Amino acid sequence: MKISFLKIISISLVAFAIIVFFLALNVDKRYSTEKIVGKSVDNFEILFLNNDEMFKKQDLTNDKYHLINIWASWCLPCKKEHPILMNLKKENNLKIVGINFKDKKLNANNFLRELGNPYDFSLSDKDGTKSILFGVYGVPESILIDNNHKIISKFIGPLNFKDYEDILQLLNEK
Amino acid sequence: MKNKLIIIFFYLFFLELSAAEINNLESKIFKNLRCIVCQGQSIAESNSDFAQTIKIVVRDKINQGDNEKEIYEFLAEKYGEWIIYKPKFNYINSLLWFSPYIVLVFGGLLIFKYLKRRKQ
Amino acid sequence: MLSNLGNFLLFGSIFITLSIIYFAYQNIKEKNIQIEKNLVYLSFFQITFIITSFLLLIFAFVFSDFSLIAVYQNSHTAKPIFYKIAGVWGNHEGSLLLWVNIMVIFSFLFFLFNYKFNKSYSLYTLLVQNILILGFLVFLISNSNPFFKILPIPLEGLGLNPILQDPALAIHPPLLYLGFVGSSIYFSAAMAAILSNIYGKNFASSIKVWVLISWSFQSLGIIVGSIWAYYELGWGGFWFWDPVENASLIPWFCMTALAHSVLVLEKRNYLYNWVLILSIITFISSVTGTFLVRSGILNSVHTFANDPARGMYILIFLSLMIFFSFVIFFKRKIYDNFYLEPVSKETFILSNNWFMMFYLATVLIGTIYPIFTQVLYDTKISVGPPFYNSVIAPIIIPFLIMMAIGPKIRWIKQKYNDFKSVILILILSCAMNFLIFSFFKSYDLLSNLIIISSLFLIIHSIKDFIINSKTKSYYNLPSFLSHTGFGILMLFIILNHNFSKEYDLNIKVGETKKIDNIEIKFQDLKIKKRENYNAIVGNFNIIDIKKNYQRNLNPEIRIYDNPQTLTFESAIKTNLKQDLYLTMSNIDGSDFYNVKFQIKPFMLWIWFAAFLTASGGLLRTFLKK
Repeated sequence: MKISFLKIISISLVAFAIIVFFLALNVDKRYSTEKIVGKSVDNFEILFLNNDEMFKKQDLTNDKYHLINIWASWCLPCKKEHPILMNLKKENNLKIVGINFKDKKLNANNFLRELGNPYDFSLSDKDGTKSILFGVYGVPESILIDNNHKIISKFIGPLNFKDYEDILQLLNEK
Repeated sequence: MKNKLIIIFFYLFFLELSAAEINNLESKIFKNLRCIVCQGQSIAESNSDFAQTIKIVVRDKINQGDNEKEIYEFLAEKYGEWIIYKPKFNYINSLLWFSPYIVLVFGGLLIFKYLKRRKQ
Repeated sequence: MLSNLGNFLLFGSIFITLSIIYFAYQNIKEKNIQIEKNLVYLSFFQITFIITSFLLLIFAFVFSDFSLIAVYQNSHTAKPIFYKIAGVWGNHEGSLLLWVNIMVIFSFLFFLFNYKFNKSYSLYTLLVQNILILGFLVFLISNSNPFFKILPIPLEGLGLNPILQDPALAIHPPLLYLGFVGSSIYFSAAMAAILSNIYGKNFASSIKVWVLISWSFQSLGIIVGSIWAYYELGWGGFWFWDPVENASLIPWFCMTALAHSVLVLEKRNYLYNWVLILSIITFISSVTGTFLVRSGILNSVHTFANDPARGMYILIFLSLMIFFSFVIFFKRKIYDNFYLEPVSKETFILSNNWFMMFYLATVLIGTIYPIFTQVLYDTKISVGPPFYNSVIAPIIIPFLIMMAIGPKIRWIKQKYNDFKSVILILILSCAMNFLIFSFFKSYDLLSNLIIISSLFLIIHSIKDFIINSKTKSYYNLPSFLSHTGFGILMLFIILNHNFSKEYDLNIKVGETKKIDNIEIKFQDLKIKKRENYNAIVGNFNIIDIKKNYQRNLNPEIRIYDNPQTLTFESAIKTNLKQDLYLTMSNIDGSDFYNVKFQIKPFMLWIWFAAFLTASGGLLRTFLKK
């Protein structure tokens, strides 16, 4: 009696494991961003790029959406996504907050002068610690925040045209 | 008399030991965090940019007076449970923590069964 | 041309394997006692074909025949010959061919050794083993053919990943494969034992030597792999509880358990079912590990090029293997009927198995649990070193104590009256631990207990060995070496864990930094051109003010050309007492270098103890009673 009980348990455990393995073969193993999506933005204080004042969470106005873009002048993909940011700048109900990541002030300003400045607020995160608040892995990354300061979407890597359309759609749902 | 001496010896011995505690919170936390942009390295081992930044953040948090648990919760909120090497004990992870001991107890019982049979 | 020849040899092998399966099956059904001669010839052809195909691949790598994809992707003309050869098994296709080779060699040798032993047992073993071989040959040809052609023929290869260009890593895969692929032979033998109803003692004595061989090579493979990780990865550690390391450890636990319980079966004819189960799960766990590593469903340091089809094939193979072995095993309706004296060698050996199964469960569950949470709850978790350490470390203590007492206990029954010496040794170990503890540095309670129990194991085994060697032969030398070695290993791992020091700093050329009593001076930086890479060599001068010594350390940042990769080479100064370990890496956009300086005590002793443990198995294999 006891032996058959053991039999059933061992067979079902092994079968279960194998089924899970089969399922796992088709699961997407990339880093997921959904952990942070849906959460409210933490309180933060980040230095402006070109003056010594602080940009705080309270400065995010309640009537608009905000796109927080983490970028650096030394990052090549950032150049690639720049035109999309310039296009997004034209949107009325969106403010773009640029966080300059581990960069030199001079290089950052040159970058914006050359390619145009899409940012309504330019902030600087010299040691990268502020970006951790937004769950940043590297540059570039973008986080879309709604008017209640909730994170509604996160984009890892350069924004592409599809991301652009997604953002527009999210803005129009408002 | 002799037995008593032995017992006293061990008692004193363990009294001495329990006084000692290691105290390096910082490196303990670093070792328990995964460098999520690396291949299987902990924050303590990694030279990557990301690891350097996390180190600064953790140090800041310790100086602010946050305890170990709060720091893990903060990072898990931003990056998911994935960043912590020692899974916290919750409903999902309960089997992970329990099943090795279930095997241990079950194995012990099985051996015990074969030992006992003789006495019957 | 070469590709055609290789494919011919592989298809030939498949044909021969099929013939062996057919003739073995026919031969089993026949009533005569003789094994037909043609099976011996066929086995001989099989081994010739498969070894030739492997030599052919080596030949292709050595002479850089880039008409083969495998060579093109993993080799380069400018590579030293040693690494050209190592490149053969440094990739999925070649390593799979090595895998099949080992299965065939073990099959052949087992067949030769057991040719006259028992007809139906030998034939069933040959049959099952060849079904396994067939499975892997089909996998090799259909999905991972090392002789696949590429057109047009490239002029130059892509090269081998530089962190794989290391002597330790070059011999690591063959050693490990001899271990866990070798375990296929006692999987087949276990199946054969059930099918042919062979007597337990005979089964035990026929597989014992194969278990020992695979255990020894598995141990060596694991040790060499961790030596590689220590020298090459530059993280300063030697065991990371990485999924791939775990995949090699899980079969090792099975083999260790088996190597012990097979003795009980041989001597007392007990535990037959249990030995069969262990023989079966050793190879099943090996294939499971291979599946986890090669399918890419785990995140790990080691990455084979991932291909979902590969994972699918291995998983289907694995499922079939598990299914049929379960069916065959459960058909056997013979239950063990025995009892054990609490104080007997049998009981102690069972307790070894008990602990092994606990470690196995811990490592297995820890390794696959993230897959389960991902699939079932869509939650990604990590199970890393802190989990394993906290679950396993406490259970090391009773294990070490049992390991000390076990070898001296006699078979069947013994009245244990050694309490005096046990208490004495325990006091001695406590006292020694106390000296370390109070003279050097304090450590936590768990470390204390592990150090005491490992000292207990070391002293106890040495005492037993001395007493034994006065009266008896040196038959117990292997187990003495392994047990003492393991005690020393645990002792030094814990000491190393507690006495390691680590300094992490950013420093410029010409600067000197002082932390505690250590002065680190970054003297200069040179660029050197070597055979297949350029190196930026740092020159560091370490001065210990308190102990009054100074050492020069030269870490490197290597820039390999083919393929273009950056690696960080650690500088290590080894002596009996400690390793000085220094790595440097550049920080983007600044003149500073990130330097990690570590003092790692007793590394040499850890390697020594690990080899000592493995040597016991080798010695027992070749030592006749």
